[in-house]
Amino acid sequence: MSAMDRRKVLKLAMASAAGTVAMPFVARKGLAAEPIKLGSLLDGSGALGLEGKRMIETTEYAVEQLNKAGGLLGRPIQLIAYDTQSSMQLYTQYAQQLALKDKVDVIQGGITSASREAIRPIFDRARTLYFYNTQYEGGVCDRNVFCTGSTPAQTVNHIVDYALKTWGKKAYIIAADYNYGHITASWMTKFMKDGGGSVLGTDFFPLDVTNFSSAISRIQQAQPDLVLSALVGANHSGFYRQWDAAGMKSKIPVGSSVFGLGDELTTMDPSTTNGIITCYGWYNDLDTPASKAFVAGMQAKFGADVTDLSELDTATYEGILFWAEAVKKAGSIERDKVIAALESGLSIESPTGKVTMDGATHHTIRNTYLARPKDRKWEILATFPNSFPADTGGACDLIKNPRTNKQFTPDLKG
Amino acid sequence: MDLAGLLAFNVITGIATLVLITLGLGVIYGMMRIINLAHGEFMMLGAYTAVMASGAGVNIWIAMLVLPPLVVGAIGLILERTVIRFLYGRMMDTMLATWGISLGLIGLITTLYGNVVRGVSTPVGSFDIGRYGASLYSLVIVATALAALGAMFLVLRFTKFGLILRATMQNPRMAAALGVQPNRIYMATFALGAALAGLAGGVLAPISGVSPAMGAAYIARAFITVLGGGPAIVTGTGLASSLFGVINELVSFKTTPVIGDVALLVAAILLIRVLPQGITGRYLRRSL
Amino acid sequence: MTSAAPARRLSAAGFLATLALGLAILFGAPHALDTFGLVQCTGFAALAMFGLSQGFVWGFAGVMCFGQAAFLGLGGYAYAVAVLNMGDSSVPVLLSILVPMLFAGLLGYFMFYGRISDAYIGVITLTVSVILFQLVNATSGSQYRIGVAELGGFNGIPAIPALNAPGHPDEPLDIEGIWYAAMGALILVYALLRGILASRLGRVVVAIRENETRAQLIGYDPRLYKLIAFMIAAGVAGLAGCLYANWGGFISPTVFALPMSAQVIIYVLVGGLGTLIGPMLGAVLIQALIIAAGSQSAVDSNLGLGLVLVGFVLLVPQGLVPVARSLGLRLLERRPRRVAGTAQDGLATGSAR
Repeated sequence: MSAMDRRKVLKLAMASAAGTVAMPFVARKGLAAEPIKLGSLLDGSGALGLEGKRMIETTEYAVEQLNKAGGLLGRPIQLIAYDTQSSMQLYTQYAQQLALKDKVDVIQGGITSASREAIRPIFDRARTLYFYNTQYEGGVCDRNVFCTGSTPAQTVNHIVDYALKTWGKKAYIIAADYNYGHITASWMTKFMKDGGGSVLGTDFFPLDVTNFSSAISRIQQAQPDLVLSALVGANHSGFYRQWDAAGMKSKIPVGSSVFGLGDELTTMDPSTTNGIITCYGWYNDLDTPASKAFVAGMQAKFGADVTDLSELDTATYEGILFWAEAVKKAGSIERDKVIAALESGLSIESPTGKVTMDGATHHTIRNTYLARPKDRKWEILATFPNSFPADTGGACDLIKNPRTNKQFTPDLKG
Repeated sequence: MDLAGLLAFNVITGIATLVLITLGLGVIYGMMRIINLAHGEFMMLGAYTAVMASGAGVNIWIAMLVLPPLVVGAIGLILERTVIRFLYGRMMDTMLATWGISLGLIGLITTLYGNVVRGVSTPVGSFDIGRYGASLYSLVIVATALAALGAMFLVLRFTKFGLILRATMQNPRMAAALGVQPNRIYMATFALGAALAGLAGGVLAPISGVSPAMGAAYIARAFITVLGGGPAIVTGTGLASSLFGVINELVSFKTTPVIGDVALLVAAILLIRVLPQGITGRYLRRSL
Repeated sequence: MTSAAPARRLSAAGFLATLALGLAILFGAPHALDTFGLVQCTGFAALAMFGLSQGFVWGFAGVMCFGQAAFLGLGGYAYAVAVLNMGDSSVPVLLSILVPMLFAGLLGYFMFYGRISDAYIGVITLTVSVILFQLVNATSGSQYRIGVAELGGFNGIPAIPALNAPGHPDEPLDIEGIWYAAMGALILVYALLRGILASRLGRVVVAIRENETRAQLIGYDPRLYKLIAFMIAAGVAGLAGCLYANWGGFISPTVFALPMSAQVIIYVLVGGLGTLIGPMLGAVLIQALIIAAGSQSAVDSNLGLGLVLVGFVLLVPQGLVPVARSLGLRLLERRPRRVAGTAQDGLATGSAR
């Protein structure tokens, strides 16, 4: 992003903020009522800035749409957003600020699982409803938290299935060195073994690692049939470049649980990205009217260069939509009433298709898709309708046990 | 056998990388006894120069190898004139001031270009060592490191400028009495060190993520290698890089890159404890 | 020499004034501020104590530690791990002081008894903090645990139990209680360090900073005294880490990272090297600036910090408090020029670097 673009974005953000404030008067719905406050915590910069930038834009877009439609309960929605700059310290600080000082009615945000685990206890304590809108490793079971992203039982198992059928039985796993990477690697291992395959080795890399030469040597030494990657963030995107540069691309195929969620497809050479197998709840090349309308709406608001939208953005959109639906149904913004409405089996139509909130797990029942990049576009290989979040669903039932507060992880002993 | 070849190749690349990231710091420290804490940010500026230039359509080799040293050298010159020259002889203050410059540069680049990570594609392909593939770009790194080290040696050993540099380093007052202006020499040295850091940043840009805070990843390694190497710039940098590079790559391969880094730093601290003046402070004292 | 007495009088008055101010803030803040303001001030108090530790070791012992964050982090992690295992917070608080002190003892023995020069001590302490950062950052996964406490790697440790009254682990302090604990601890540590500096130990430490060779010839072992000062500072930084962990209920490897070490040096430099009140004021001032800078996104806060640092090194190398103090002395004595110079000598700030 050049300095010009940045300034443009800033200006747009300011204009949209002004628009939001001015909305009730313009719309003449006669509602100078006190606004409902929606708090947002996302990384607009830093290692996760790539992903976060679009999520921030989606949040602004969703709030603008709600306000255009007259707000909620006759009140406008005020967006209070902080840029957490990929720093855990800032997540804690701003989370406290949102909950204690700004006293927002709902919080939408968090990208990495690390950030979610840092702020989740704060919102639990402050009793502020929290939506986590990212595809993640699954298993969070907390009455105060709703997760709209897809989870491994909806996505990773399809990648592994495809790999076992097409590529071979021996896998090498590389993953980011924090809870997402570790738990996703466990799921990958479990699915590989369940499918009759084996895992030759698993390596973890901290988020600031950029040099993968020794890792690539280790993988070559192990000679796997395929590589499964749960590498996260812009630093780790260096792996795919170095993998291609070492000539490994044509020798060992790669499946990834995170690749393509940022702007990889637009910034990397097609030769680097082509053929990497992924599985998400949405792709921007999905050919449905709702999906196209979402992309067109975002491009109208933020410019034609918004070509790198991903599941992170639709999940963010769905998080806000779910909350809005629940508020309407409950006729209140009180936390317990909104939770009750969300647990009643609420469904929405979103860019990804029909999405249903599973009351027992606070996760979504949704469509997922298997796809690979082909010359900067997504080629969709398969569709899996109405996938159930079975990873969380096996263990978590918040309707029966509302006091549960933990994250379930896969059992590898079996 | 193939594996040994691949490992050896990785070790040589690791050593070359260390030489590149250390040389600029070593020049400034060796000549001026200034620990330049903005070294990592000079590298960052070099990497940004490469990214911006190649994005603007400049030939990738010129963008990586020619522009970064020129741009960063000029920035170094400006900073020397405006800040560093007031602080000569006050070692702690120069450390603090360069730390301030380091923070300022991170902030400046973040403000201008945003705190996002960019990348440039590697301009060359791959080749095979037996049944293993390796990146051809590593050879570019090795060649650049050798060229930089060789050029430093030739300049110091055979040119008049090199003679004056060495004389000023050994005894600034005597050199001044003989008509050399130490101020000029310091200015040139600081710019040279900055240019070398810029070169390192430019060459490493394609294999690392380019972001405002990228310098921090190199800073500890570079310092400790300079201190481990001791006063002789070329020999010291070469020897210390070789020693630490081998340790780093082998441990990384056996365990993880993190443990590899830690092993490098621990080895360096132990070395400094045993040889407080660095390798060339004790051995090969007459080398360059 | 005639001006030494007023300087000392001023110093004693400053001590009492600082104590009084501290107590006023301690009891006034809960009435004057809302919950969020109090939480923020608790964070300030923790960082002010961190500044105090750097101010002591650098300003009075002349040890240039570039990795003070290592001790902050060790203290925070020691508290978090211990309190998760024990429940009651009394022993964990002690551990948050003792673990960093012990580590500083080992590292200091290695450095000071190895006769490593000042600049090298800077680089080695910086390197050690980088090593700790990388190691702790690489402890994700449930196999890295101490007792029941998972270290969590990059994620850090969330939901750290707050301090509690000794023996009552079921009754953790509320936000106001933690404020009293943090600010109270800050005042106590300040008074303690003043006491140490007034004692024979403190005088020897300062004497060594002034002239190591001379102190050695008189018969003091500089290595031992530097080591002791280094350990005391580490203990103070560790307690600051404990308060920091209490403040957010959360700790992550970023407490070990370079920006933390950089910030604390800036606190000291801005507030005043060779004073104790300076680093505390510097901490509050700089933190307030960072927060103000963070709420607008146009300019990155690092840019401001960098400019402040360079500006102070070039223009006000002695820091705000000494400048204010010499101004105060001028007013007292009405003999402007000579007093300003000797006052600095008496308080020994100029040659500390």
